[in-house]
Amino acid sequence: MEAEAAALLGKYIGAGMACTAMGGAGVGVGHVVGSYLQGALRNPAAAKEQTATLFLGIAFAEALGIFGFLIAMLLMFAV
Amino acid sequence: MASSEAAEGEGGLNIHPMEQFEITPLFGDPHGGLGLLTVTNSTLWMALVLAAVSALLIFGMRGRALVPTRIQSVAELLYGFVRQMVTDVMGEEGAKFFPYIFTLFVFILFSNVLGLIPYAFTVTSHIAITGVLAMVVFTTVIVLGVMKNGTKFLKLFWIDAAPLGLRPILAVIELISFFVRPLSHSIRLAGNMMAGHAVLKVFAAFVPALSIFGILPLAMMVAMTGLEVLVACVQAYIFAILTCIYLNDALHPGH
Repeated sequence: MEAEAAALLGKYIGAGMACTAMGGAGVGVGHVVGSYLQGALRNPAAAKEQTATLFLGIAFAEALGIFGFLIAMLLMFAV
Repeated sequence: MASSEAAEGEGGLNIHPMEQFEITPLFGDPHGGLGLLTVTNSTLWMALVLAAVSALLIFGMRGRALVPTRIQSVAELLYGFVRQMVTDVMGEEGAKFFPYIFTLFVFILFSNVLGLIPYAFTVTSHIAITGVLAMVVFTTVIVLGVMKNGTKFLKLFWIDAAPLGLRPILAVIELISFFVRPLSHSIRLAGNMMAGHAVLKVFAAFVPALSIFGILPLAMMVAMTGLEVLVACVQAYIFAILTCIYLNDALHPGH
């Protein structure tokens, strides 16, 4: 019984810790968009061609946070 | 769903954000087993996506007017957008993959957007479905790359531009990043869809719990739904453009 309670505790703590990955993704996405804006304001003529790259950068930065979220979901509902 | 069970919960607030992703058979016992050919809510919504896409593209383009009607211009806009994206990334050589990319983009876009309707089922929120889509892309890249370039396809991992000492290390990194592609490709889409819907559900549970102050989470939900529409479109775009980039690797492996 004790071990079960400890396992449950660990599960919830682990799920919460996995969600800190989302914070990193937030920082990453903010950095990508901030840098894009900095470049775009310096040279607005070249900005439009780089929107595809912008979205790609956002996607790659966000994916890692999503992995963390997935781990949290797996811990909560699958383990 | 969460509101009806809130009273039963010991803490007064009992949220079940993941219940909406449950796959249930449409006919017969809702808790019965799932066979290979069982018609489920996922099947239903995939069929609805197909019907919506067909309605837009077949009936929208039926008139073929020189000055397009409203629905025809939507179909033309969609076509032109994906066409532009494919030629931008892969060049004219990639134009023969346009039907594939267009199918992927439109299917994912419609299932994401239709999934935003309340009580709807989001087909793309399941890794089983996005995983198959991503594995097909992955397999196509390998088969196509080997067929077109033979052993030169391995240049994707052996980078000539780097110093000789670094190349083995880079090869290992490239190899890992290549094989992790189907995983990240599928989880990115499914995770985004699942996360957005789960967050909406959590906020929905706050509304009845806060009585009059429930207007605050309700306003938040309206804003979140707007964000989710954006995410639904952007994720479809990202899935399609990543497919373009991966296929471009197969066509031109020498970077």
